[in-house]
Amino acid sequence: MIRLAALSVALLLCGCGVEPWVKPYERANLADPIMSFDPNPVSSAYRRHVFEAREAARGAEGGEGGGCGCN
Amino acid sequence: MEQLRRGSVFARTCALIVSLAVCAASQAVEVSGAAPDFTLKSAGGENLKLAELRGQVVLVNFWASWCGPCRQEMPLLDQIYGQYKALGFTVLGVNVDEDVAQANMLLKKVQVSFPVVYDSANKVSELYRVSGMPTTVIIDRDGNMRYRHEGYLPGYEDTYQQQVRTLLMQRTSAR
Amino acid sequence: MAAISRRQWLLAAVTMACSLSLLAAVLPPERFDTLLHYYHGGGIDISGPSLLLRKGLGQSASISANYYVDAISSASIDVITSATPYHERRVETDIGFDYLRDKVTMGVDVKRSEENDYDANTIGFNIARDMFGDLTTVSLGYRHSRDTVGKRDQPDFSEHVRRRNYALGLSQILSRNLVVNLNWETITDEGYLNNPYRSVRYVDSSSPIGYSYQPEVYPNTRDSNAVALRANYYLPYRAALHAEYRFYTDSWGIRANNYEIGYTQPTRDRWTFDLTYRRYGQTQADFYSDLFPQIDAQNFLARDKELSTFTDHAIGVTASYELAAARWGPIDRGSVNFSYEYIRFDYGNFRDISQSGFLPGEEPLYGFSADVLQLYLSLWY
Repeated sequence: MIRLAALSVALLLCGCGVEPWVKPYERANLADPIMSFDPNPVSSAYRRHVFEAREAARGAEGGEGGGCGCN
Repeated sequence: MEQLRRGSVFARTCALIVSLAVCAASQAVEVSGAAPDFTLKSAGGENLKLAELRGQVVLVNFWASWCGPCRQEMPLLDQIYGQYKALGFTVLGVNVDEDVAQANMLLKKVQVSFPVVYDSANKVSELYRVSGMPTTVIIDRDGNMRYRHEGYLPGYEDTYQQQVRTLLMQRTSAR
Repeated sequence: MAAISRRQWLLAAVTMACSLSLLAAVLPPERFDTLLHYYHGGGIDISGPSLLLRKGLGQSASISANYYVDAISSASIDVITSATPYHERRVETDIGFDYLRDKVTMGVDVKRSEENDYDANTIGFNIARDMFGDLTTVSLGYRHSRDTVGKRDQPDFSEHVRRRNYALGLSQILSRNLVVNLNWETITDEGYLNNPYRSVRYVDSSSPIGYSYQPEVYPNTRDSNAVALRANYYLPYRAALHAEYRFYTDSWGIRANNYEIGYTQPTRDRWTFDLTYRRYGQTQADFYSDLFPQIDAQNFLARDKELSTFTDHAIGVTASYELAAARWGPIDRGSVNFSYEYIRFDYGNFRDISQSGFLPGEEPLYGFSADVLQLYLSLWY
């Protein structure tokens, strides 16, 4: 519990001040649609279903984040 | 046992999120200080120097071709430009694309009449500490930064208008 | 018997919603997609459409609706060895609502799937927040499902399954060209978890074929955990590498892992090609056996090949063509896409009992391959 508190305080103090090492104007490549985790949701949902219906494993699918970071 | 472990992990995650909750950033602030000067090549071909615009109210807008909200905002900035340019106002679009061709492709689709310059080396973005896309800085007739906006949401253009009007009514202190 | 209390999850979601910041992220773009899918493998043919429409509501909200159909013709290994081939149709509809406030995106969606002997209803919530200069995205998700299991030709048969999914996601931009994503999802099922038509076989010397059948018996709970790591890397000549690894375990004793690598290559003349390779492997459920030594050999009995030890490999190719935009009024962008995937399943301890002339337990191991085709049109407006 103490470790958690220390971590939280540390993040509080330096987390807000973390200088992004990728500047917002350097995100051109990350904003490219080919770098999206899920550019075609209808197709990927179908593909996930094909595997999930035949395999025992389920979960932890999908991904988000990256992108242009605008706004 | 397994459930207990999973439960406490989530409790810890919540606590972490609470601690991060205090991180706040404002989107529209009043700023002060002289606007750092710069010279960049414009879309028209000639070099444009910010200091030469002294005497006018300048709205500097940092944008990129890959930035959705930037694309939304530009036609609205063009409208404000058309409305107030006769009163001593200009918009200066600073494009931050490393590949200028990308910027030009967008400019063909989203045609604007205000001057656009290319900051492909990102020196001016660094100078102005751009920390969000888009970023808009409004500079008064004396060359001082007065307002700063990060991001764009519909409705911001009304705030820009109000702020530009306020600055237009202030006379330059130079005689 | 939920693994995490509802209160803890509510706390997490509310906490995220209250995290204040005056900067915002962006909602998913408006789009309309029409997909035609076709699966052919293992004696089964499944085809149908999938339609998606996403529309913005003002600037802070967005709704989406998906309509999906599976038209199934089945003469699969399970069916031909113990039943007659059948035709079936499954319809799934999904409605979602997303709301964006400050840096937090919140979403709710409701899904309903119906076929003649199985109904599934799900409600899901998710919340995501960008932080640390928008380089990090943290997300939480919760889904609650209630399924009703029926049986053809037995209208008074009705059982239920209750399922809860808890998901935690972390996305991190590591460099201008690299973004990674870590996902953890824990799922608990409770209720009637087996298939009412399926049986297991056991050695029976009194039977002319050497074995007899009895209905499968599953535990009435299942807890699973999956962790997945994904990465996208941008190559300087404009291409992307994708990698994924997932590890899975559950309370039925199944351990699985799969990895996938992909390569996306756009060309200058509006085409984009994707290549993927996926490999999956799992170990069997504790109570699985292809052939039990006697009747009622264990408390729980399963012979579902999905719970056996097996591996599958898949190779896929997708070709997309970007349509010329700015000619069709409100449409900004459009693409036509075709995808083909070849999947090969090889079972380690599930035998093909449709093959005659073998002693029970010595039939060849089952394996099959499948072709999966997709043709879809996407429009952004």
